[in-house]
Amino acid sequence: MSDKNIKYITTPLTEETIRGLKAGDSVRITGPIYTARDAAHKRMTEALARGEGLPIDIKGNVIYYVGPSPEKPGQVVGSAGPTTSGRMDQYTPTLLEQGMKGMIGKGSRSQAVIDSIVKNCAVYFVAVGGAAAVISKSIKAQELLAYGDLGPEAIRRYDVVDFPAIVCIDCEGNDFYKVGLAAYNKE
Amino acid sequence: MRTIDVKLVTEAVGKLCKDSCYYLPEKMMAALEDSVATEESPLGKEILEIIVENARLAKETDSPICQDTGLTVVYLEVGQDVHFEGGDLYAAVDAGVADGYINGYLRKSSVDDPLFERKNTQDNTPAITHVKIVPGEKVKITVFPKGCGSENMGAMKMLKPADGVNGVIEFVLDTVRKAGPNPCPPVTVGIGIGGTMEKVALLAKESLFRTVGEHNPNPKYAELEKEILRRVNLTGVGPSGLGGTTTAVAVNIEYAPTHIGALPVAVNLNCHAARLAEVVL
Repeated sequence: MSDKNIKYITTPLTEETIRGLKAGDSVRITGPIYTARDAAHKRMTEALARGEGLPIDIKGNVIYYVGPSPEKPGQVVGSAGPTTSGRMDQYTPTLLEQGMKGMIGKGSRSQAVIDSIVKNCAVYFVAVGGAAAVISKSIKAQELLAYGDLGPEAIRRYDVVDFPAIVCIDCEGNDFYKVGLAAYNKE
Repeated sequence: MRTIDVKLVTEAVGKLCKDSCYYLPEKMMAALEDSVATEESPLGKEILEIIVENARLAKETDSPICQDTGLTVVYLEVGQDVHFEGGDLYAAVDAGVADGYINGYLRKSSVDDPLFERKNTQDNTPAITHVKIVPGEKVKITVFPKGCGSENMGAMKMLKPADGVNGVIEFVLDTVRKAGPNPCPPVTVGIGIGGTMEKVALLAKESLFRTVGEHNPNPKYAELEKEILRRVNLTGVGPSGLGGTTTAVAVNIEYAPTHIGALPVAVNLNCHAARLAEVVL
């Protein structure tokens, strides 16, 4: 794989970093990212609705939509590829308003999410769905932070090094699912 | 008559669960490797390289290719001269699934009630078990773990006979376009045509058990498979749905006789992690 077109970025994300990313860019992410999927999103937005704080400091941070397979003895994490992001759409604008700057998942997002990404200067990355073993290699440590009772759906911090992803929706609202498909549609 | 202890079924299913989740079938691996060379999008090529590297790494390290190790579809072709002893056959299959998923470090994704409780059963049971009676005294077991990324993108439709070949092609293309990135392309497109509503869905599933590169023995259906594959790869969906010329690696059709007034069609998509393992007892 040629490295010349890959952008190396670190978390937490600054607006300067985000503005340098364009839909379709290949990136490698290094730093802490936070796991959450359906159940954790539901709890976080319910906590906010009650006027409570979030269990993690979300400002500038990236959430990874993942429900890993169990780790074997001695492994940091099991296979940990992205899950379908669309299921989180209804919760996402609320978290972006709280300062979340990035998401990693797979699959398309609603227009409301895209609008909120633009408004809040954020970015949506996709990881290669099903490339779970390769992705796991980039996860060097994990720590349980909240909602432990949710098992694989709990919120954890992953410390990642060169996590492979692609910029899908940039802060200008360009959606690479549409751009990329249009470029190769020959119907 | 041949007597088989259901313990053998449990042991075989347990091993097949692990093998299928760790080791991609060779022909599927070869098809993915070939697609790296033919893919026109540079980003698509890069994604295919990652997919191939991932399958290799999973095999080398006995790790799940994908963390979504699916619901476990188990297909038993049972010779009619076989007698099972030692317990309930379906329970024996489930015991094998539980063993494979717990001891193989596979993710448990089965919930007991689809609508209200949605409580995880903690061992990935029950399996989705299909039994087909065939001549002879052998038992062929196919284990086919199916993730929901691709399963959720399936569709079926009762077409009119007048819709004909073009109606089938358009329905398949529409399903692939709507699925977009969600089924983790490059996909295998499994198509059932004919029968009744439940029969056509099963035909679509069964078509996914076919080895990549093999075609329906009926030349008309084989031609249709090639034509639909060509058309699917013109949609532009591409690897991971991010654009490209490799949207599918195979299109498989199974068909069955149907009613004079019917043309049922079902499409069951499978992701690039096309996991399957089988054994004959």
